[in-house]
Amino acid sequence: MFAYLAGRVLSAIPILVLVAVFIFSLVNLTPGDPALLIAGDNATPAQVEQIRERLHLNEPLPTRFAIWAGNALRLDLGVSIYSGQPVTRLIAQRIEPTFVLATVTIIITVLMAVPLGVIASWKANSWIDRAIMGFAVLGFSVPVFVIGYLLAYVFSVNLKWFPVQGYSPLADGPLDTLRSVTLPAVALAMVFAALIARVTRAAMLEVLNENHIRTARAKGLPTSRILIVHALKNAGVPVVTVIGIGLATLVGGVVVTESVFNIPGIGRLTVDAITRRDYPIVQGVILFFAAVLIIINVLVDMSYALLDPRVKG
Amino acid sequence: MSVIETHRTAPSPVSRWLDYARRNPATVICCALLLAFLLIAIFAPLLAGDPLKINPALRLKPPSDDAIWGRDHLGRDVFARAIYGTRVSMLVGFSVAILVTLFGVAIGVYAGLSPIGGAVVMRLTDAMMAIPAVLLAIAFASLMNAGLLTVIIAITIPEVPRMVRLVRSVVLGVRQQLHVTAAISIGTSGLPLVWRHILPNTLGPVLVQATYACASAIIASAVLSFLGVGLSPEVPSWGGMMADARQQFRIHPILMLYPGVLLSLLVLAVNILGDRLSDALDQRKSRRSGL
Repeated sequence: MFAYLAGRVLSAIPILVLVAVFIFSLVNLTPGDPALLIAGDNATPAQVEQIRERLHLNEPLPTRFAIWAGNALRLDLGVSIYSGQPVTRLIAQRIEPTFVLATVTIIITVLMAVPLGVIASWKANSWIDRAIMGFAVLGFSVPVFVIGYLLAYVFSVNLKWFPVQGYSPLADGPLDTLRSVTLPAVALAMVFAALIARVTRAAMLEVLNENHIRTARAKGLPTSRILIVHALKNAGVPVVTVIGIGLATLVGGVVVTESVFNIPGIGRLTVDAITRRDYPIVQGVILFFAAVLIIINVLVDMSYALLDPRVKG
Repeated sequence: MSVIETHRTAPSPVSRWLDYARRNPATVICCALLLAFLLIAIFAPLLAGDPLKINPALRLKPPSDDAIWGRDHLGRDVFARAIYGTRVSMLVGFSVAILVTLFGVAIGVYAGLSPIGGAVVMRLTDAMMAIPAVLLAIAFASLMNAGLLTVIIAITIPEVPRMVRLVRSVVLGVRQQLHVTAAISIGTSGLPLVWRHILPNTLGPVLVQATYACASAIIASAVLSFLGVGLSPEVPSWGGMMADARQQFRIHPILMLYPGVLLSLLVLAVNILGDRLSDALDQRKSRRSGL
């Protein structure tokens, strides 16, 4: 058991290193001189040279990577070109809205998707199944910003149940926070829930056609008990895996949703940084998101051991 | 009554086709939709006027005879922009699907046949898949020069790893099959082995995955235009139209609705076709039943 967990944690390290190399080359091999960008239009060549020196831009690429990666390990992701603030601090300032939005989205997703998937598999090939699966295809075909504006128009502009845009921090009362993230979270959850409902259905169908389910039926166990205790638990591994993999899609969705609903989270930070070509922020945020996703997927792998005793070996 | 009367003539192609359409209405409707979008993209100049012409005097003018869906905040013809916007979506969707297939199959087959290369490729795809695709695409598109090619490349790169992994897993399975072992034992190797014995077996799953890649590329290109990255804002695109409509959203939500509905319809059609294809290729799936 311990060896399995240790193996999972260790295997994440080379992936993180590769991600760092990848992001670094993406930003540094593309055209454009960051020193000129920082110095502005009125700078003298000497000033530009000074900035190049300060940012180690004259060093060869491998050295620059070593400096950047070394600093990143000490949680120093450089400073923003635009505001001069440390990237780590900018991320820390913006983390709350993004974290709340993502958490509420995952809760809504699981509460919606898993029961729908279970019902669809239980009533497989019936009209209920077809309706749920049709809804699922619709869910991941309608882009999150289309659903977002549709929800905003119906529930905020017309019915006035929710604020149209913006985010209310937790410090001002958690209820207001919940109200401000409900619509964006529902919009985001549609895409995610569609994916998970489909995988839940497929995984459940796989299990429902196994012998032990027939035995359980023959024993006369109630359907609800068979579905939840005997089938869903066995279908858990693929479902949890897809929740983990789907988080990457969720993060992408968060970036878009924060723009639609004007939420000052990390997604907005990224989009603003990209339009200003503030490359230290771009590098830092992508590395941050990738690290979070890798850590979560290691946790997902660890949860297999809880769901499926065979994994321990 | 007699034997001769029960003897049927072979059904004509037309009646066979009608029979198929009756049994698979969704597939037929989606194919028709896709064909319609394709024709709209090709014949856009015949269907609509100039999508670029700015006319400040007519800004936000409601629908009229010369602009049947009204005019946007710069007085441009919304219908014309929506019609021309089909081009960007279709072009990006299909180009990305083709590029992802080419690169994905080439790298995936290599990874499936070479143990060491396979391990390296797997670690690389692990790393790439840890970066959210949309983030990678917007970062890449913003760092390169604006243009359609940039958008296509930016969306293709994060899509390739998924295809690589799929192809590799299929190749690993196929390699164990008897006909491949037999082919190797009589001395087939290299390109003939891949071309005659391995590639044909990957065709089904690859086709399904390419369809999904096409759908997600269409969404991704709309996201890029919506965020104002990649294409210049005057190029008519559905995502760009939605970005333009944001300021007027509370008063003129309909400007948001036209491109939003078209975009959703196109993606829906592609995704449903992908599902039907996947069901048709997986015989095992249809035999499973519920409780």
